[in-house]
Amino acid sequence: MDIVTGLLHGFAVALAPANLLWCFVGVFLGTVVGVLPGLGPPATIAMLLPLTFSMSPAGAIIMLAGIYYGAKYGGSTTSILLNVPGESASVVTCIDGYQMARKGRPGAALGIAAIASFVAGTVGVVGLMLVAPPLARFALSFSSPEYFALMSLGLALVVLLAGRSMLKALVAALAGLWIATVGTDPFSTTSRFTFGQLELLSGIDFIVVAIGVFALGEVLANMEAREDAPLLEVPRGLRNLLPTWQDLKDCRFAFINGSVVGFLVGTLPGGGSTIASFLSYGLEKAVSRRRDQFGTGVIEGVAAPEGANNSETGGALVPLLTLGIPGSGTTAILLAALVLWGFKPGPLFIPEHPDLFWGLVASMYIGNVMLLVLNLPLVPLFAQVLRLPVYVLYPLILGVSMVGVYSASGSLFDLGLLLAFGLLGYAMRKLDYPAAPLILGLALGAGMERALRQSLMMSQGSLSILVSRPISAAMLSLALLILSIPLFGKFNAWRLRALES
Amino acid sequence: MEEGSRRSGDLWSGVALALLGLYIVVQAWQWDYLGPEGPGAGFFPLWYGLAILALSLVLVVSNLRRRAPAAGAGVDWRRVGRALSAWLALVVAVALFKVLGFVAGLALLTYFVVAVMYRKPAATAAITAAAIGAGFYLVFDLALGLPLPSGLLGF
Repeated sequence: MDIVTGLLHGFAVALAPANLLWCFVGVFLGTVVGVLPGLGPPATIAMLLPLTFSMSPAGAIIMLAGIYYGAKYGGSTTSILLNVPGESASVVTCIDGYQMARKGRPGAALGIAAIASFVAGTVGVVGLMLVAPPLARFALSFSSPEYFALMSLGLALVVLLAGRSMLKALVAALAGLWIATVGTDPFSTTSRFTFGQLELLSGIDFIVVAIGVFALGEVLANMEAREDAPLLEVPRGLRNLLPTWQDLKDCRFAFINGSVVGFLVGTLPGGGSTIASFLSYGLEKAVSRRRDQFGTGVIEGVAAPEGANNSETGGALVPLLTLGIPGSGTTAILLAALVLWGFKPGPLFIPEHPDLFWGLVASMYIGNVMLLVLNLPLVPLFAQVLRLPVYVLYPLILGVSMVGVYSASGSLFDLGLLLAFGLLGYAMRKLDYPAAPLILGLALGAGMERALRQSLMMSQGSLSILVSRPISAAMLSLALLILSIPLFGKFNAWRLRALES
Repeated sequence: MEEGSRRSGDLWSGVALALLGLYIVVQAWQWDYLGPEGPGAGFFPLWYGLAILALSLVLVVSNLRRRAPAAGAGVDWRRVGRALSAWLALVVAVALFKVLGFVAGLALLTYFVVAVMYRKPAATAAITAAAIGAGFYLVFDLALGLPLPSGLLGF
């Protein structure tokens, strides 16, 4: 199926009334989640995942993806009005966005954030549409050794960029591999790490860990404090939300910069929207004629990062759908969702499930238009979500988390595990262990072990098969090089500077 | 987190992870490593277990080699206590699901959060708890038909 035929087919899927409704529900929920500090897209998608079991897979992936990219739009609202980022990707928007609001231009800041998100988000979908099919065709030549090497490289990249300490990130990823191997070994039916519990024979459900570490961990960390941040006045009326012609002219390069940087960073496992937004802000500042004014309320300082964090979504879906390799916590949960619905993301995903792939791509075009409409005139309405008292919000999140886990398994034992992983998520936050490598290790663990064991079966137990094939050798060497960065002071200093920039 | 408390946290988390790594290695040792049909159940766990053990020992040793900070410096135990009491309330609520059911358990948890943790008046807490409990029953049980843990009273 060529791109034009695929896209037309995709629009036929996405424009079906039910899928259109799920797309709206997804982007609406995403915007609300983006506005709320302390509740991120991974937690929301994990909580809602069990509710999608009775939906059609196309409707479900359209809705979950809508939450993913919708949250990027909503995240800018609190950055601009409160100086509190709704998502980590919106941290950099605080710098100039909040200053613009303090100077009496909150409307223009919110407006340019929505427009940049729309432009770059659409470019990201175009990139996904153009890059994914040829990459999937290339990946058809991969066998078990290449898959093992690819997953190792993906984990190494996530470890590289997950946090200040690569040691902690690596240990977290390995702990994720351990959780993935709890249960019955599929090759030999040996019970592993079950502590004598019958409930653990079938393994630990991905949803339990994801909801525990992300949703419960976040709520517990947020419940440490009682304070509420003061809300700046939200501008009313569409006219007050539209940037001027001069603003749009000033942001020409920022739109391109955000779109390109966001997409490219998104395709790298471990890149993520936070890094994309910081990189594009840095690039914008470096090439700007008024770089000395950055930080005082420059409109390009809002447009570039907001564009980048939206374009990143399209990029992040490329390795997920064509190689089955997620690059972040959110895409790891999307991978688990696809597997739970009975699909196997990888090189055959696009030819075997054109409805899902092209339907998702088309829905993202539609969703971006919906978000632009929702986020320009309705920003004042969404900002009211912030007035919901936290003492109402937190029990709601805790309740939905428990319903999500219980409805998936019907087991009180799983609720107990949820509490344990919630505590683990909180402890990881306090001790600076990043959660993304743990979730990625868990998502990739079973696949990594299968690929490694199949490779060794092919070679009668010789590990040389991993390095005697050129693609696998290149990827494993790169992974090794990445993991040895802390040993090279200069490179590690560069990595730390990049993370702290 | 302050540097002192982070170091102490790194040390103890490193010890805990080293014990986890040791447990994994000991367990994996008892399973097949390589058989005639290829790697056994112990192959993969043995390698990542050894890696966890080695890396966590690096974490412990590198912390011990630095100058010891003042014990507990920088940890805001009040804040940690608030989070842990919320977690304990959650544990009690889940434990009560078998007796009271999900709806009443969640309502009690909500009452605790509103009245005790956020110090709102008892009436506000009671109304919020009742509204959230009823809302979950209406949306998830009645409207969506999702199974919720039921108690002795049947809901």
